[in-house]
Amino acid sequence: MHISTAGRWTSFGAALALIGGLALSGAAWAGPTLDKIKQGGGFSCGVQTGLAGFAQPDSQGVYSGFNIDICKAISAALFGGATDKIKYVPLTAQQRFTALQSGEVDILSNNTTWTLTRDTDLGLNFAPVVFYDGQGFLVAKKLNVKGAKELNGATVCVQPGTTTELNLADYFRGNKMEYKPVVIEKLDEAVAAFFGGRCDVFTGDSSALAAIRTGRASNPDDYMILPERISKEPLAPVVRHGDDQWHDVVDWVIYALILAEEKGITKANLDEMLKSEDPDIKRILGVTPGMGKALGLDEKWAYNAIKANGNYGEIFEHNLGGGGPLKLERGLNALWTKGGLQYAMPIR
Amino acid sequence: MTSEEASLSIAPARPRPWRDPKLRGIAYQVLFVAAVVGFGAFLVHNTMVNIGRQHIATGFGFLDREAAFGIGESLIAYSPADTYGRAFLVGLSNTLYVAALGVVLATVLGTVMGLARLSGNWLVRKLAQIYVETFRNIPLALQLFFWWGLLNKMAPGPRAAWQVLPDVFVSNRGIVFPVIETHPGYKWVGLAFLAGIALAVGIARWAKGRQAATGQQTPTGWIGLGLIIGLPALAFIAAGAPLTLGLPQLKGFNFSGGGSVSPEFTALLLGLTIYTGTFISEIVRAGILAVSWGQSEAAMALGLRPNLRMRLIVLPQALRVIIPPITSQYLSLTKNSSLAVIIGYPDLVSIANTTMNQTGQAIEGIALIMAVYLVISLTISAAMNLYNRAVALVER
Repeated sequence: MHISTAGRWTSFGAALALIGGLALSGAAWAGPTLDKIKQGGGFSCGVQTGLAGFAQPDSQGVYSGFNIDICKAISAALFGGATDKIKYVPLTAQQRFTALQSGEVDILSNNTTWTLTRDTDLGLNFAPVVFYDGQGFLVAKKLNVKGAKELNGATVCVQPGTTTELNLADYFRGNKMEYKPVVIEKLDEAVAAFFGGRCDVFTGDSSALAAIRTGRASNPDDYMILPERISKEPLAPVVRHGDDQWHDVVDWVIYALILAEEKGITKANLDEMLKSEDPDIKRILGVTPGMGKALGLDEKWAYNAIKANGNYGEIFEHNLGGGGPLKLERGLNALWTKGGLQYAMPIR
Repeated sequence: MTSEEASLSIAPARPRPWRDPKLRGIAYQVLFVAAVVGFGAFLVHNTMVNIGRQHIATGFGFLDREAAFGIGESLIAYSPADTYGRAFLVGLSNTLYVAALGVVLATVLGTVMGLARLSGNWLVRKLAQIYVETFRNIPLALQLFFWWGLLNKMAPGPRAAWQVLPDVFVSNRGIVFPVIETHPGYKWVGLAFLAGIALAVGIARWAKGRQAATGQQTPTGWIGLGLIIGLPALAFIAAGAPLTLGLPQLKGFNFSGGGSVSPEFTALLLGLTIYTGTFISEIVRAGILAVSWGQSEAAMALGLRPNLRMRLIVLPQALRVIIPPITSQYLSLTKNSSLAVIIGYPDLVSIANTTMNQTGQAIEGIALIMAVYLVISLTISAAMNLYNRAVALVER
């Protein structure tokens, strides 16, 4: 059992820190985040406390995963290929926005769903979607439930402060069904409560459910994810509102990773590609200068970002697909040329 | 300073302003207040500017918006279609509910254990001591996890629930039990109950006056008990003895019908009661030991039986010592109930956290939590102070 009182107090603390941060940061306001990061020689990246495939610390506390590789690519673009200029800050769903608003972290890379109110009321800006997801339900097979419509009267474990919590209420309301939520802030404990039998159903993004099923169930075959997807969950990194230069860097590093896959640039053939005659590739890799300058970075920015962990497809495959624990299909996250939704804006 | 100079420097009638201790004192105070107010104003201004720059929403308008999230248990009617304001009320009522029950149960447990520690029986005394020393010295948060884990891990699922009494089931979804369904006649039963209490109080007063005047005693206890139980019983029979039980039944995933308490609530109540009970037991013990032995000896010399000695001589004097520290324990218990968050009981802090996260308005949310706890605490404090005044030594 994971025993921690830190969760509760850090959440409350994060809120207090926001107030403190907002109250005091005027004095410490050293201009836009990008300048601060370049001067300070690093940035802090808010990640999950632990979700297989996306962000998970190993026994030495070293984080790895899909969301980590996104931050590493940004670090490589900023610091000439160095991927260790990042301070990872594990945050619960409830802490994440206050941590970003108050400046405790510079970017959230933790499966945050892009919604209107978060974009506006919370004073945030979203980078391009790195993972198209949908909310699903995880149930024990022994309950003999075949579809979400059969869940009337179920007890549902859910993390508070997520879109999941809201979609859940919407779905049961819309279908005139009853449910009993059990909301537990720390993912670890919510998952433990589900496997302990406190709830009939665990709900979350279907990718996260896959991670929980393979990573946490004593026997994954005893559990199944119901076929329904009850929501759209476009998951994207998040930065603060009004911080356009930093926002641009994050956007274009992600676009560069997707474009690299489209153009067939991989970690392995990167140096060969420098000799390519394709004008697009020459612009991306900085052989034709100008793009880096426009972003306020060096011309090797995209080269370094791709060199860190490969292109978008490689990062996906390594962490979430066949090379990782989850074995997820590309599905909606395939390139637009292959029937998916991943479509990068042109680098020119 | 030599003695010659000292003899020459006769204090002037009015020292210069910067040498005048009174003026100087005022100046320092003005400076201090100005510094505090200035710093406060700086913080507020800075917060507003930063919020404005990041375009974060402000104001309490969000309380009227639809909450759209579900709450597991609630004393008042609530659905996701209700407003954030109503969700706050749900949280507040849940906090007050667990705190009120906790205060009562902790007082009972603490008093029993405090008396047990003074018992002449070695076993009782030592058991009470083990209870106090164990539960006082383990952090409350761990105790909550322990009780919650126990209820979750040990109890079976609802389809294999333990039946501990007829129609009372324990499962990892909580405890379900039959409840008496309401009936219009119960209104009269309730009124009869209140009337019984009022009559009993009246008779007790009359009997006290009678004893003071004539020395004759009246068995007020038996008369009062008869009135308080007898009158409602008569009303119940007069209403046609309407008694239907709402029985819990296993339906689909869980039990429906009857009453239920969740594992989260049970764990929180157990944790708060047992933890705070240890402190109250020590306070009660200290209070009783603070009454000097001579008082008991005097009572014995007057021929009072042990139980009257405790009730009439020792306890009234012990209460004066007990009430002020016990007030602090009530306040801690109420505030400790906010640890509910870690085991997922939807108390005020838990719901406010969710609200802050969904609306992004942390400053307003924190302000509301602070205001609510302040009001609750001041209310408890005021009530206990009134009671303290009633039992305090009356100086003549």
